[in-house]
Amino acid sequence: MEYHLNTPLKKEDVKQLDAGDIVYLTGTVLTARDEAHARILEMYEEGLELPFELEGAAIYHCGPLMQQIEGKWSVVAAGPTTSDRMSKMTPNLLKHFNVRALVGKGGMNNVAESLKGKCVYLAYTGGCAALAAGSIKNVPQVHWLDLGMPEAVWELEVVEFGPLIVGIDTKGNDLFTSIKEKARESFSKK
Amino acid sequence: MTGKITYDAVVKATVNTIKEAETLLPDDVIKALETAKENESSDVARSQIEAILKNIEIAGNNSIPLCQDTGILIFYVEIGRDLHIDFDLKGAILEATRIATQQVPLRPNAVDPLSRSNSNDNTGEGLPDIKYDFVEGKQLKITVAPKGAGSENMSVLKMMNPTELKSIDDFIVETVLNAGGRPCPPVIVGVGIGGSFDKAARLAKSSLLRTVNDMNDEEKTILARINSLGIGPMGLGGDTTALAVHLNTSHCHTASLPVAINIQCWANRHASVILGGKE
Repeated sequence: MEYHLNTPLKKEDVKQLDAGDIVYLTGTVLTARDEAHARILEMYEEGLELPFELEGAAIYHCGPLMQQIEGKWSVVAAGPTTSDRMSKMTPNLLKHFNVRALVGKGGMNNVAESLKGKCVYLAYTGGCAALAAGSIKNVPQVHWLDLGMPEAVWELEVVEFGPLIVGIDTKGNDLFTSIKEKARESFSKK
Repeated sequence: MTGKITYDAVVKATVNTIKEAETLLPDDVIKALETAKENESSDVARSQIEAILKNIEIAGNNSIPLCQDTGILIFYVEIGRDLHIDFDLKGAILEATRIATQQVPLRPNAVDPLSRSNSNDNTGEGLPDIKYDFVEGKQLKITVAPKGAGSENMSVLKMMNPTELKSIDDFIVETVLNAGGRPCPPVIVGVGIGGSFDKAARLAKSSLLRTVNDMNDEEKTILARINSLGIGPMGLGGDTTALAVHLNTSHCHTASLPVAINIQCWANRHASVILGGKE
């Protein structure tokens, strides 16, 4: 099945998706990698308010290549980064915030349980940064630029961003894990 | 280019070569991806390779980097023995890196390993990594290979026992299996066998510069085993987990068997320029 969804995402939007479905996103996605995840959780622990909204958000595991011309930021290239680096911090993030979609590449480890009933993992083709840049129309804001360009949180306005493949759905199905388990079986047989 | 090689000429040529490497993939890599697309039996896998080929086209047409991870820059410099270089060659390469960071542009990726503070110009202590070699003749050849972290992070080195020779293949296949979708497959698997702890890693990395389809029977056999795993493009399943396996060897200590595996994503970026007179 193919879906065209708008942000902010509602719980019902993501609960209808099955692993293997194709999704196109329109609206705003927030980039966040290692350092941003760590800071979000730190600020939560300290009871501080975040400078951006995570309710219904789509988080994009991406450290974009940006360019500032006459004070205005634009995207040069913005493909996904390896999502697994955020695996350990993700269950905690989802416990405190109603993030509805994680967009990245390569899959994640041991997060399917924490996604159940509330959030999906969407895979974008790794390395396709020039292709992705085409669906990013505007860069309204950047937060935490002190973390450096790749680690900052960029608000990206996207139109029909995709195709994204549902890698982990809200029912606990994880495409990446099942493919890897089959591969491990085939390796062990040799 | 003929005549005396100058500092400025090296800077200019290096900036251009960095731009070429970041925006255009070598033809042999594109051909291998096209062939993989034809041979894929999975629809999802084909869609991933189609996206990759479309991305290559857009990056080339618009002269923008193929991937936002423009990597750290690895340089291979071959210096003709008859050349007289009376300027700061390393300085020229560093300056070219800074200029390219602004002009291409490149994502500033170089950070201090402990404080994680970003230099913002892709240089820093030990970066870019420059390897020098002396060759016959009076030419200067500069090759740049931008290396992204997604695939680099999946690389492994093992000091094996000499009697474990037969399990080298298993080690290679299992390393690709453990990496799964994380290094942006279809990957190119560079393997260095022999040498020493560090030399094995260098052999593995330089093997990534080989033409994709340049493989002997042993390499093809390992490749077939990797592709039978079914991990597929981006780990979403399929027939193409790797495009190539390259084994580079070197003599080593009789008590040693170092094996290094350097994983390279599908964007096997590299470009070269030659400066100086003909032979």
